[in-house]
Amino acid sequence: MAVDTPSVHLAIESRIENIDLVQVVVEESLKRLSLDDDSSQRVGIAVREAVANAIRHGNLEDPEKRVDVDFAVENDEVVITVQDQGEGFDPTKVRDPIAEENLLRPHGRGILFMRSFMDSIEYSFQPGEGTRVTLRKRLNQTEADTAESQEETR
Amino acid sequence: MKITTRMRQGVTVLEPKGKITIGEGDVALREAVHEAMNAGAKHMLINLQDTTTIDSSGIGELVAAYTTVTNRGGDLKLLNLPPKVHDILQITQLVTVFEVFENEDEAIDSFGL
Repeated sequence: MAVDTPSVHLAIESRIENIDLVQVVVEESLKRLSLDDDSSQRVGIAVREAVANAIRHGNLEDPEKRVDVDFAVENDEVVITVQDQGEGFDPTKVRDPIAEENLLRPHGRGILFMRSFMDSIEYSFQPGEGTRVTLRKRLNQTEADTAESQEETR
Repeated sequence: MKITTRMRQGVTVLEPKGKITIGEGDVALREAVHEAMNAGAKHMLINLQDTTTIDSSGIGELVAAYTTVTNRGGDLKLLNLPPKVHDILQITQLVTVFEVFENEDEAIDSFGL
């Protein structure tokens, strides 16, 4: 692990164009750690999906509402949390996007992306208090670990 | 993101360059597909060779384009998937939906025009 581990907090207005900004900051922060480029990009995409959900579905693209993103390293894991100010989101109500009957739906794959590219994702929500998603990725992970992790999500 | 469109043997070949992501490339792809269909295109091949990033919105646009074109009696196929895009099609199980080619000549021949 890098000696100087970064901790970053971002607070953004709920605008779609801010998603790129968060992805860039996360990927740049990951460059300082021992994550390979492919894994860094996958984490960047996962965070992008979490922030897109927070802006679009959580805060309904209301620029007055904020999305908070925290990036930290804890015990050899990158931990990223994304918190919105929406009504609260229950991920169990999302249709399974890889069920045959849902394959041709244009939406609903964001959580699948997150699960595939991270080691774990965890949602917590209280109605009226927003949704927080916590994304975790181990550092010093081998390609075999990544493949195994992706296999488990399928 | 920039998309170029060309015709080859009755097939409209769309070539997006850059990111197909929420709010930018996804909209550009949708517009390019609709523009081609309005011009009478029924057979489309999307060459993803120069696609650098795709997110769930971009994948959603590919699926929407596929549905729109096939519902109108046409067909839409994919060409030259970069490894990262191929991984995403595997994860989303869309490899079972799209016909994917690594060679443009073969792809064009497959339309049987």
